[in-house]
Amino acid sequence: MTAITDRQKLAYANAQAADGRVNVEIETDEGMTLNMGPQHPATHGTLRIVAKLDGEQVISCEPIMGYMHRGYEKLVEVRTYPQINTLVNRIDWLGSFANEVPFILASEKLMDIEAPPRAQWIRTVLFEMSRLANVSLFLGDMALQLGALTPAFFAFRDREHVLNQIEAATGGRFHPNFDRIGGLKDDLPKGWIADTKKAMQKMRTFCDEIEDLIMGNEIFEARCRGVGVIPGEIAQLYGMTGSNLRASGVDWDLRRDQPVGLAWNEVDWKVWTHPDGDSFARYWVRLQETREATKIIDQLLDGLPAGPVMAKVPRIIKVPAGEAWVSTENPLGEMGYYVVSKGDLGPFRVKIRSASFNNIHIVPWVMRGVYVPDVITILASLYFILGDIDR
Amino acid sequence: MSSADGSGVPPDPAEPDTAEAVEPEPAPPVVEPEPEPEPTDELRIGLLAAVTESLGDAVVGSRIVDGDSLTIRVATPAWAEVAKVARHKLHCGFFSFLSGIDWLPSPFGRYEDSPMDEPRPVSTDIVTGVAGGDTRFQVFARVVDLDRKVGIIFKVDVPDDDLAVDTWIHTYPGANWNERETHEMYGIGFRGHPHLIKLYLPGGFEGYPLRKDFPLLARQVKPWPGIVDVEPMPDEAGSDEAAAPSEEAAT
Repeated sequence: MTAITDRQKLAYANAQAADGRVNVEIETDEGMTLNMGPQHPATHGTLRIVAKLDGEQVISCEPIMGYMHRGYEKLVEVRTYPQINTLVNRIDWLGSFANEVPFILASEKLMDIEAPPRAQWIRTVLFEMSRLANVSLFLGDMALQLGALTPAFFAFRDREHVLNQIEAATGGRFHPNFDRIGGLKDDLPKGWIADTKKAMQKMRTFCDEIEDLIMGNEIFEARCRGVGVIPGEIAQLYGMTGSNLRASGVDWDLRRDQPVGLAWNEVDWKVWTHPDGDSFARYWVRLQETREATKIIDQLLDGLPAGPVMAKVPRIIKVPAGEAWVSTENPLGEMGYYVVSKGDLGPFRVKIRSASFNNIHIVPWVMRGVYVPDVITILASLYFILGDIDR
Repeated sequence: MSSADGSGVPPDPAEPDTAEAVEPEPAPPVVEPEPEPEPTDELRIGLLAAVTESLGDAVVGSRIVDGDSLTIRVATPAWAEVAKVARHKLHCGFFSFLSGIDWLPSPFGRYEDSPMDEPRPVSTDIVTGVAGGDTRFQVFARVVDLDRKVGIIFKVDVPDDDLAVDTWIHTYPGANWNERETHEMYGIGFRGHPHLIKLYLPGGFEGYPLRKDFPLLARQVKPWPGIVDVEPMPDEAGSDEAAAPSEEAAT
């Protein structure tokens, strides 16, 4: 018995030592190598960053990923179209419903089916609610990286209002799996619209609170203003999308610029941009967008058309041969699916273009020459979900 | 289309739609696959003309879907050139993605058969998709002009004897990780890429997972139970009318 315990202890000590070796700061001839992760608290998951330092400045920085690669592009090739819906839910797990929509739209495009208007409007509402659930967490988390604990608690507290409403409508808090080819699984439950409007009011209050707490805070401004500046053209060449791109002054929002049949064009809202392209701008744009999303949801709920939520679709879904590309403006940026069908029950090939993958791609560029503490704030302001990087 | 209408033999849902599926009622005539209409989208026609003007014979295939997409296939030697044309002449400053595709039909099928059944014959004919193709592997990428709000998908054949194309990273730095991913997943090389190492997979991983002849081991070990949901529900197994009208409404 004791022998086993000793061996276990030894194994434990060995594992500890191995971890220690990985995470130690290594002195080399060309400066120092600093390893962060894969389990660093500031990386929201298993992203590992290896930075070469010269004193306090980063010379080069390389993200290392794949700790969570699940091979979705292989897995979808052996599933049927309705089954894939469950799978793609897990890509960006904070805004799951938004992952389903572009894939369903791409399948519908190949099948030449259009969901009824009511389904499109409810899709848009749930899409924007997943944006709220996703981005509200960022608003708290970014402050957490700078040492402010309270906004994170506020974010978790108020995100519940949105998650509760998503759960009430779909049955799932994180993975709704509610979208279907041709429409939605179900209509909205009774009383949901009034409850959601109350939740939106609470979210607006949350935005005001966050604004009071953070905007104009001296520490926040000092750590974020002028840090991690990404010019618009560079951002485009690296494929940066979403709020990160708009914070670099590029006025591009797929919700407005690339209509895919959803109801954004039916309501009145504004695309926010910021000319600075620094960490502060990225935070500011996301804050405005959260508030804008609550307004979009309110207007959509007011104008919700009547009718069925499901078009007539075959019971057995066979998608005609063809290729389709559909992308939408997900909470993290452009998320698209390139679906190649050969007339089978499932797709032949699906290329998943996820937002965080390309947003993080700019890290080696933007980290060159910044100071070590800024690595944390820049990473936090770029805002990524590991599942969205590794797929 | 009401399900009360029981006339006509409904098509077997497992069979692909064929001309025999015509029901003897007048309502919607079954649309025959007609040749693609001439595109009328001036913006995309103009873009295609601009690419053709710059590259000449190197444009070997194209397809325009009005208001939706433009796919251009170029010859392999022109792959680096087309990126420069797209960025500098067409002002497509936004890089969306780059990836590969393996057109070989999977020798393992879709893992839908019960292990008890006879294995289905597997075709090895390579049928390529939109804008054609001559080789098993293709690389495709998408760039966007944000001002004109138009995206272009470029495709290129990867020669079977030399699995490599030129890199795009000198024109679109965002292609870097996309090319590394394509390299590790398909084994396609990118000439001129300075750092073509594995992105997701561990360093010692052997094989190219997204190739169709790379088996999905999880399925080999345990058959997928999900196949049940393409069977009819128990209470609907007898009534074929339920599937027939909706099947037609989709066409």
